[in-house]
Amino acid sequence: MAQMVLLGAEALAQGALDAGLSGIYAYPGTPSTEITEYVQRNRYARENGIHSAWSANEKTAVEAALGMSYAGKRAMACMKHVGLNVAADPFINSAITGAGGGLIIAVADDPSMHSSQNEQDSRFYGQFAFLPIFEPSSQQEAYDMAFTAFELSEKYHLPVLMRITTRMAHSRAMVECRETRKQNSLRLPDDPRQFVLLPAIAKKRYRQLLNLQPLLEKEAEKSPFNCLLPGSDSSLGIITCGIAHNYVLENYPDGVPYPNLKIGQYPVPLDLISKLVSEVDQILVLEEGYPLLEQSLRGLLNNGAKPVKGRLDGTVPRDGELTPDAVAVAMGLAAQTGPDAPEFLASRPPSMCKGCGHIDTYNALLEAIEGFGPGRTFSDIGCYTLGALPPFNAINSCVDMGASITMAKGAADAGLLPSVAVIGDSTFTHSGMTGLLDVVNENSPITIIISDNETTGMTGGQTSSATGRLESICLGIGIDPEHLKVIIPLKKNHEENVRIIRQELQHPAPSVIISRRECIQTATRKRKEQKS
Amino acid sequence: MKTDIILAGVGGQGILTIAAAIGFATLSEKMFVKQSELHGMSQRGGAVQSHLRLSDQPVASDLIPMGCADLILSVEPMESLRYLPYLNPGGCLVTNSVPYLNIPNYPEEKTIHDAVKSLPNYIWINADEIARECGSIKSSNIVMLGAASRFINLPFSALQEGVRQVFGRKGDEIVTMNLKALEAGQQAAALKP
Ligand SMILES: Cc1ncc(C[n+]2csc(CCOP(=O)(O)OP(=O)(O)O)c2C)c(N)n1
Repeated sequence: MAQMVLLGAEALAQGALDAGLSGIYAYPGTPSTEITEYVQRNRYARENGIHSAWSANEKTAVEAALGMSYAGKRAMACMKHVGLNVAADPFINSAITGAGGGLIIAVADDPSMHSSQNEQDSRFYGQFAFLPIFEPSSQQEAYDMAFTAFELSEKYHLPVLMRITTRMAHSRAMVECRETRKQNSLRLPDDPRQFVLLPAIAKKRYRQLLNLQPLLEKEAEKSPFNCLLPGSDSSLGIITCGIAHNYVLENYPDGVPYPNLKIGQYPVPLDLISKLVSEVDQILVLEEGYPLLEQSLRGLLNNGAKPVKGRLDGTVPRDGELTPDAVAVAMGLAAQTGPDAPEFLASRPPSMCKGCGHIDTYNALLEAIEGFGPGRTFSDIGCYTLGALPPFNAINSCVDMGASITMAKGAADAGLLPSVAVIGDSTFTHSGMTGLLDVVNENSPITIIISDNETTGMTGGQTSSATGRLESICLGIGIDPEHLKVIIPLKKNHEENVRIIRQELQHPAPSVIISRRECIQTATRKRKEQKS
Repeated sequence: MKTDIILAGVGGQGILTIAAAIGFATLSEKMFVKQSELHGMSQRGGAVQSHLRLSDQPVASDLIPMGCADLILSVEPMESLRYLPYLNPGGCLVTNSVPYLNIPNYPEEKTIHDAVKSLPNYIWINADEIARECGSIKSSNIVMLGAASRFINLPFSALQEGVRQVFGRKGDEIVTMNLKALEAGQQAAALKP
């Protein structure tokens, strides 16, 4: 069969396509974006009408995927780790409804926070929901697991969590592909009330879910993704989850001397763990993420029969992603390093592009707000968050998508006036609209600037659900048309823009200023695409 | 035989294109490859790096361990120094000499040049100038690939094929220009010790 060089994210997408996917639903977010973009670019997917348009947010994505699964087809929802917080409600409840057609919830975690607000570990969500979890250690496994995950999902009528991490998502290697399986045909659930979570039904289904747990554990015990590998030196046993396995192999090119258990499918295979533990003097747990397995192996009172080493006792750094170097040290090997980087190096943080409209928006806001005192601009997540850095120092918060509007409201409620929210267009339709409704309902005197670059810029310029709709959304929610302003963030409009912003800052009721100019990166790309 | 390469530069300077060209080059050579990169935040004019590992044996880790890189290939001089802890004692640093100035506190260029010169193995060339002579400054990343070619465990013809594959869609003119840039880079580096 065909061999392809694919990113881990792409391997998962290709695997899902080959395994009979009918639709992918997602909101962009590093490092998960490439899964969906791969399907969007894929010719087979286009010719076969496989759904791949972006959703407004992660919650709508998971719900739509669940609907497709209800109708009997194989579906996948994709997001970055914090997206699962947004989608947590449908995610947890989908474990109770169960699935129809195979359903994969693919989540990309970002340990070390390369492009994220935190490094939460999605496996906790999987465990919390009582769902099976897959965690590939190679691009090939990412591909193969799509097949296994869909099969397992249909066998037990349960959604399945596919957890990848940054280094898996964004690293390329050769993948061997299988033949494409046909898509499922339309088929309704046998039990018409399976998806109706009224308490009486939910109680029954929850008990069923609990009863499935031993069977899911049996599946993990015989899974090809979980294997106990022998080693001659029983002074130590190693348990690895996901890509941690690669770092152990890297350090022992001639073979790992210790017995080691490689885990790629959860719930964890208890019999394999007991077998390993009985053979060795102490255990080292290597996990890319939080110490999930390590914690449960130790137990609350740390009274396990054998010592457990890992992140909790400092053998492995408590936070951040694993590296081959950190794993070497954890296994007692000498750390190697090259020459030190010279001290005079300057850091080079990301910054807004030359000519970006957000820059002109901040310049106007900074001048308009001068004199009111510092600390009153609540912002959000996107390229415009870089307005926190010098020379702008323009914003005072960035928490989670949509929080700018609601935090500005809360601060205004507390008496901080004026309070300003700065939010991007995609973020506004992701999670800002509902906050605006609160603002309108309570007539909160805040000024909301929607910095509209007509794209989802930070993640690479995906289509924004907001494009062409912002005015009608704001008016529909109830913003006074007199206080819905549209400005064009250009140097030549600076004075006028400052005047409009200052005027709205003084307005004692909600106002929205849409500052609109297309992202220069997206515009350039579009021009290139049109040419070719 | 393995070659572990750290690619370095600033977002938008084309290091992922270098990675793609090397990736295609290995396809004809039946080698194992892993190439790791970062997307997202790091693209916005920030420092970017990619780990590229080629071997005739399967590659375990997607990341190169510290002190193990055979080559640091950088399209920007200050960025080349950021990853020194990855360089192995016999490894070589190959960098473009033209700074990318988008920060207020960029160090003195002479300080950077001196730090590079203090290394046992280095190549320092003005890739922008060479690229301009080949037709466009945009090819300076491919000039750098050419300059580093003798440290990459692949025949030069495979790299040429990689460049053809990467730019094929953009038409013959662009392919020819980049092949010229690749060769010019190789020649410029050949003149250095
Ligand atoms: C819940 C959640 N989903 C996704 C992301 C990833 N993300 C960060 S910024 C961003 C794009 C925001 O686009 P927009 O608001 O239009 O601003 P722009 O970057 O275009 O300025 C996305 C998708 C996130 N941080 N949190």
